[in-house]
Amino acid sequence: MKKKSFTMVDVRHQRVLLIWAAAIVVYGVIFYYLPLAGWLMAFQDFKPVTGIFHSKFIGLDKFIRLFSDATFLRVIRNTLAMGVINLAVTFFMAILFAILLNEVASKGGKKVVQTISYLPHFLSWIIVTGILHDALSGTGIINQVLVNLNVIDQPINFFAHEQYFWPIVAFANVWKETGWNAIIYLAAITAIDPSLYEAASIDGAGRWQKIKNVTLPGIKPTIMILLLMNVGNVLNAGFEIQYLLGNGLVVNVSQTIDIYVLKWGISQGDYALGTAAGIFKSVVSIVLIVVCNHIAKKHGEERLF
Amino acid sequence: MEQTKTGFMNIALAPKAKEGKAEKTAVKKRKKISTGDLIFRICNGLFMLIFVIVTLYPVLNTLAVSLNDGTDALRGGIYLWPRMFTWKNYTTVLQKDNLITGATVTVARTIIGTVLALVTNAILAFIVSRKDFIFSKQLSLFWVITMYVNGGLIPTFLLYKSLGLTNSFAVYVIPGMISAFNMLVIRTYMKGIPDSLEESAQLDGAGYTTIFLKIISPLCKPVYATVALFVAVGQWNSWFDAMLYNRMSGDLTTLQYELMKLLSSVTNQSSSAEAMKNSNGSVTPTSVRAAATIVTMLPIICIYPFLQKYFVTGLTLGGVKE
Repeated sequence: MKKKSFTMVDVRHQRVLLIWAAAIVVYGVIFYYLPLAGWLMAFQDFKPVTGIFHSKFIGLDKFIRLFSDATFLRVIRNTLAMGVINLAVTFFMAILFAILLNEVASKGGKKVVQTISYLPHFLSWIIVTGILHDALSGTGIINQVLVNLNVIDQPINFFAHEQYFWPIVAFANVWKETGWNAIIYLAAITAIDPSLYEAASIDGAGRWQKIKNVTLPGIKPTIMILLLMNVGNVLNAGFEIQYLLGNGLVVNVSQTIDIYVLKWGISQGDYALGTAAGIFKSVVSIVLIVVCNHIAKKHGEERLF
Repeated sequence: MEQTKTGFMNIALAPKAKEGKAEKTAVKKRKKISTGDLIFRICNGLFMLIFVIVTLYPVLNTLAVSLNDGTDALRGGIYLWPRMFTWKNYTTVLQKDNLITGATVTVARTIIGTVLALVTNAILAFIVSRKDFIFSKQLSLFWVITMYVNGGLIPTFLLYKSLGLTNSFAVYVIPGMISAFNMLVIRTYMKGIPDSLEESAQLDGAGYTTIFLKIISPLCKPVYATVALFVAVGQWNSWFDAMLYNRMSGDLTTLQYELMKLLSSVTNQSSSAEAMKNSNGSVTPTSVRAAATIVTMLPIICIYPFLQKYFVTGLTLGGVKE
C-alpha cells in the first residue's frame, strides 16, 4: 500500500469519503478494538479501583486457576459437545429438508411449506424456550403423546434429568433453524444445470440416484463453505438457550463457557477470571477458523478469506 | 472471501434464466410415474406434513391457550382450539405497566436502531465499494477482522460501563450499529452496480454525496430492505442487553426481557396451582404468558411472509447464515 501512489488531488477529491471513513474507524476502534485491550485484565490481579493501568501483573495465575477448576473443564466439555451435536443435526436436517422440499412437485405446496419453515427463525429464544417448557411439561403434548403410545407409563419431567438436556437443545436448534438454514441450499439447488437431470433421466436414473449423483455433488461447494464457517463458530453456539433452559438440576451438563463467563465475571465480580475464560474461547475459535480455512485451501475448495 | 461472495451471487442470479427449462422437465416427468416414484412422493408429502405440523403446532397451541380461560387451561387437554373462550388474558397483558413500557422501548429501539444501522452500514459499504478510494482495502479488512476477533463479554461490559452506556437507551442502538456482516451484504450488492452510472454522474459534476444519495441508494433498495429486516428482527428479539446493562432501569426494560421474567416466574411456581387461582380470578401466569408470547410474536409473523424475497437475497449475497 505504501508504494501505491496517491496524490493530494486524490485526497481533496475524496475528502468526503475520508471524513466518513475516519469517523467510522473511530467508532470501530472504540466498540470493536478497545475491548481487546481488556484482555490485559486476565494477566493482572485486576481491581476495578486501580483499573487496567495500575493493577499488578500476575502472569498466568488466572489461567492456571481456570484449568485446575473441575467446573471449567466440564464447561468446556458441555460447550464442545453441544456445539458439535447441534452443528451435526442442524446441518443434516437443513440439507435433507432442502433436498426433499426441492422434490415436492406442486409449486404452491412448496411455497407454503417454505414460508412456514422460516417462521421459528424469527422467534426469540425466550419464546422458543417458553414453548419448549409448555410442550415438555408434565401435561405437555410430548408427554401426552408418549403416554398414549405406551412408550412411557408416567409423564417424564424432561428438565430434571441430565440425559435429556443435550437432545432438547439439539431439537430446539433444529426446530428453530432448519427452514432458515435450508434457504442457501435451495438457492444452490436451483442453480444446478437442469440438463444434468435430463441426462440422468435418459440414463435411467431414479429419484434417489439423481439426488445422489446430481443434486448432492451440485451443492457440495455450498455445503463445504457453510461447514467451515460453522466449525469455526462451534464454541459460540452456546449461550441463550442453555441460559434460559438450564436449572439447578442439570447444571452439570447445561453450563457453557459463555454462561461460566457471565457467572464468574459479572455475578461474582471476578473480572479477570471471566476474561481469561473468554480469551480461551476466542483463541480456540480463531485457531479453528484458521485450521478450517487451511484445510479448505488444501482441498481446493472455496475459502473464507 | 471475495470468491465466495461472487459465487453466491451467481447462484442467486442463475435460476431466473433456467426456470423455463426446469418447467419443461417437470412436464416430461409427469407423463410416466413409476411405483417407486409414487412411493417417494407419498413419503415426501408425509415428511413435509409432519414438518409443518411440528413447526406450527406449538405456536397454534400457545394461541389456543392464550384465548382460553386460565384456570380451565390448567386441566390440560387444550390443543388447537380454546375450550372456554376469553379475551381476559389479553386484557390482563395490556394492563401490565411493565409490559407496556417494554413494548414501547422495544418499538423505539427497533425503529431507531434499524435506521441508525442502515444509514451507517450503507455509508460504510458505499465507501469501501468505491474502486478509486485510496483506503478501500484497508477499511474492508479493518471490519472483516471484527467478525472473527472480539474482546468478549467482560471487557465489553466494562467498556460500556465506563462510557456511561449502562442504564441508558443508547446501549441498545449504538454498540451494534455497524456490523461487518451487514456491511459486506450491502457492499456485494453495490459492487454489482455498473461503474458507468457513477462515471457519467461524475462527468456531470456530481460529488460522492450526490452519487450515494441519488444514484447508488435508489438502486440498493432491495438490499437495504434485507439489512433493515435483519437488524429489526435482531432488535425486536434481543433481551440480553436489557438484562445485562439496564437491569436497574425499569423504564428501559424490553418486551422480550419482560417475557423472560414471566417465563421464569411460571416455571418457578408451576407446581403451586393454588397460587395461580388466586392471582386474578380465571387468569393464571401460564395463560398470561401465552398471551404475552402471542403479542410479542405477532408483528413479526404478520410481516415476514411478505419480505421473503428480501431475506433470501440477503442470505445468498452474504453467503453466511444469521
